Amino acid sequence: MKRKLVVIGAGMASGRMLEHLFEAEEQAFDVTLFGAEPRGNYNRIMLSPVLAGEKTFEEIVTHDAHWYAAHDVTCRFGETVTRIDRQSKVVFSKGGETPYDKLVIATGSAPFIIPVAGRDLPGVMAFRDLDDVNAMVAAAERPGARAVVIGGGLLGLEAAAALRARGMEVVVLHLMGHLMERQLDPAAGYLLQKELEGRGIKIHTKAQTKAILGEDRAEAVLLEDGTVYPADLVVMAVGIRPETRIAVDAGLDVERGIVVNDQMVSSDPDILAIGECVEHERICYGLVAPLYDMARVAARTLRGMPAAFRPVETATQLKVTGVNLYSAGDFADGEDREEIVLRDASAGIYKRLVLKDDRILGAVLYGDTADGAWFFDLLKKGTDVSQMRETLIFGQAYQGGGEADPMAAVAALPDDAEICGCNGVCKGKIVSTIREKGLTALDDVRAHTKASSSCGTCTGLVEQLMKLTLGDAYNPTTVQPMCGCTDLGHDDVRRLIRAKKLKTIPAVMQELEWKTSCGCAKCRPALNYYLVCDWPDEYADDYQSRFINERVHANIQKDGTYSVVPRMWGGVTSARELRAIADVVDKFNIPTVKVTGGQRIDMLGIRKEDLPAVWAELGKAGFVSGHAYAKGLRTVKTCVGSDWCRFGTQDSTGLGIRIEKFMWGSWTPAKVKMAVSGCPRNCAEATCKDVGVICVDSGFEIHFAGAAGLDIKGTEKLGLVTSEDEALEVIVALVQMYREQARYLERIYKWAKRVGYDEIRRQVLADKARRKEYFDRFVFSQKFAQVDPWSERVSGRDKHEFKPMAAIGFPQAAE
Amino acid sequence: MNDWVEIGRLDDIPRRGARCVETPLGRVAVFRTASDEVYAIEDRCPHRGGPLSQGIVHGAEVTCPLHNWVFSLETGLAQGADEGVVRTFALKREGERIFMDATTVLAMAAE
Repeated sequence: MKRKLVVIGAGMASGRMLEHLFEAEEQAFDVTLFGAEPRGNYNRIMLSPVLAGEKTFEEIVTHDAHWYAAHDVTCRFGETVTRIDRQSKVVFSKGGETPYDKLVIATGSAPFIIPVAGRDLPGVMAFRDLDDVNAMVAAAERPGARAVVIGGGLLGLEAAAALRARGMEVVVLHLMGHLMERQLDPAAGYLLQKELEGRGIKIHTKAQTKAILGEDRAEAVLLEDGTVYPADLVVMAVGIRPETRIAVDAGLDVERGIVVNDQMVSSDPDILAIGECVEHERICYGLVAPLYDMARVAARTLRGMPAAFRPVETATQLKVTGVNLYSAGDFADGEDREEIVLRDASAGIYKRLVLKDDRILGAVLYGDTADGAWFFDLLKKGTDVSQMRETLIFGQAYQGGGEADPMAAVAALPDDAEICGCNGVCKGKIVSTIREKGLTALDDVRAHTKASSSCGTCTGLVEQLMKLTLGDAYNPTTVQPMCGCTDLGHDDVRRLIRAKKLKTIPAVMQELEWKTSCGCAKCRPALNYYLVCDWPDEYADDYQSRFINERVHANIQKDGTYSVVPRMWGGVTSARELRAIADVVDKFNIPTVKVTGGQRIDMLGIRKEDLPAVWAELGKAGFVSGHAYAKGLRTVKTCVGSDWCRFGTQDSTGLGIRIEKFMWGSWTPAKVKMAVSGCPRNCAEATCKDVGVICVDSGFEIHFAGAAGLDIKGTEKLGLVTSEDEALEVIVALVQMYREQARYLERIYKWAKRVGYDEIRRQVLADKARRKEYFDRFVFSQKFAQVDPWSERVSGRDKHEFKPMAAIGFPQAAE
Repeated sequence: MNDWVEIGRLDDIPRRGARCVETPLGRVAVFRTASDEVYAIEDRCPHRGGPLSQGIVHGAEVTCPLHNWVFSLETGLAQGADEGVVRTFALKREGERIFMDATTVLAMAAE
């Protein structure tokens, strides 16, 4: 008979505790999990990047419905526990009574709302959960909206930077003399303030809030000194207090937080408490590392195993893109303390170490935080640093021989050096797990060790460890930079283009700190595509950043001539069209005519100068560009379907033509080839295409993610739909999702493998609202994309492309 | 002695793009960079003969459209791991007008 475990609060601490609990061979408990939010456990630390638009909520979900189901957890999300009856061992909620043998309280903390007039007005909010984030995002969408953030600590500044990135006017009010005074000294606070002011955020220090003004909703914030800041949104981020009400009502021992012993047990032996709601040896914790320690200890206590929670030193990093800041330990001045300071004003670097008796007591790093982990390691171990005092501040690379190789620094770290502060994972654990499990991908290392899975700031270190352990076998696909011009990968660049609303290539290069002035042949076409995709109406396509084929709308051949493929909708042609092609071939002496794999006719060996004239002739017969050169929709191959074939179940030719007419002209990350077969005999070979349709009696089977090139791969089945209209909508939504998410030159099958087939089914098949959004965005972008490039050029566009500028040195020209 | 022949105006060439000049020696590609410098090199990649004028221009370099070799427009030297060189030709600008030294073209043609 399993015992009953009830957990109140579905946050990061209780989530981690359950993970540890389920590591056991035998499951001792039936678990019921209550959560006040209508959703399960997500990585709350990463709400700031979600607010900034750099991550989606889906990306920060830790436990999804599948996980809870797999572990038989009864989820009661959106249901608040109102009372605990300790005598009869029952908790009460709106769903009734739930009995327990063991109870874990993990109610976390509540934001502290300063008691000023107007604090209850609509428009005043905290920054605590996803609902707050959604409300702030909605507020930021109004043009010219203004925000006042009260509180210049970690949370307040992350909120301010994120809202600013979303285009709001932002003022930060901070009670103290400098920002983040608990983590930073005044000098680093100043640098941070300067950086944020440079982004257009107004910082008001020593600001005493007197009242929030407004009739029906917040309109302004009034300070004691009389200053008034207009505000559509007021974010309170002055601090948190442990959420202990339910424990107080139950008569448990509560001081600032619920009092627990080293085993995380409260004053009632059957009730444990973990997370931000507890107080251990008079200290309440707010950072994630000690909370995860509590979770581990609580899980062992529940399993009847020995464990003890001990207070730990913690380090802090600010998660604002582009701001590097690290602080650890105690850095107050003192009689018996010494300090070492390094400043480099032009590089915006400030480093300060506080020492006592030749040991590091505290470290503040701004601008260059690479040595944070090393300093923190010396601090925690109390290492005597007298031997390296002269060069200590320059970092680990300058110790003993002066290796400048960043890998050397990581290699030199001892095995017990902490790499991931959030999850308390040290170097030895990461290296041994990589070896034992044969891990080669960052995501696997995250899954097995938890390192880099919370705030992500240690990702670089973890990757260096992977490189160190695996050597050349490590292929960091997830973070491979786009090219030598940047350290950012494709995904980060795409995300930042949207988050920062970057709408030109120079803006991307400036804001994302490209290392070259003008990019290269790898990054420019990618950036051009991303901007075309994200801002179809606003971005002016940069033809000089397109590969020659897309610039002149024909395929360059090995001898510098071009090939031309006119569009034949669904592969269907006519005598008139064939005659026109024959005439063009004769007139321009085209050496080769060839039928392609996509059911089109290719004319090869055309001189560049002749292209506009060739297109003009083809245009007279009604031909438009076949985009055989494009990272875009190429061809929709069809069979003759129910029109002719005795086996045909649907009008496959008609559907193919319809899809092609709807989608031609769209740019995609890589080429997209489709096919529609009229029955499962599949004569159009739809099951090796990027997108394929197999018609059946009951409707249309949609397939995707096939390949028949460098790789050979049969398609995955997306699902069955009953009407042609629905088939079209699903296919369009699928392609739009791919357009928005894939990396440049990444074919559908590679993208789909990366994001997961189920996720794609969920977004474009199951979730109809989502499908419609993708569909609508595609339709909108087609307004700007469906222009025949050939007729444009026949009428004179880009004519410089097709003729020489001059001829010199010939007898007649020499005169 | 230079023999400067006018080949066109700066506006004839798109920024970060190229145009061709026909000579008895073959095509010469005339490039204009993002910062409006102009360079002329042989329009033929030493690797497989690709038309360099059709490549993507970045900084004072061009990437060949056929197999992505990269050449310096100033020196004509292949960049990175590839080894090769293309001829460069002298240009001069007077305001918007661009001139090419025809003596080099003719002398080379006579070789």
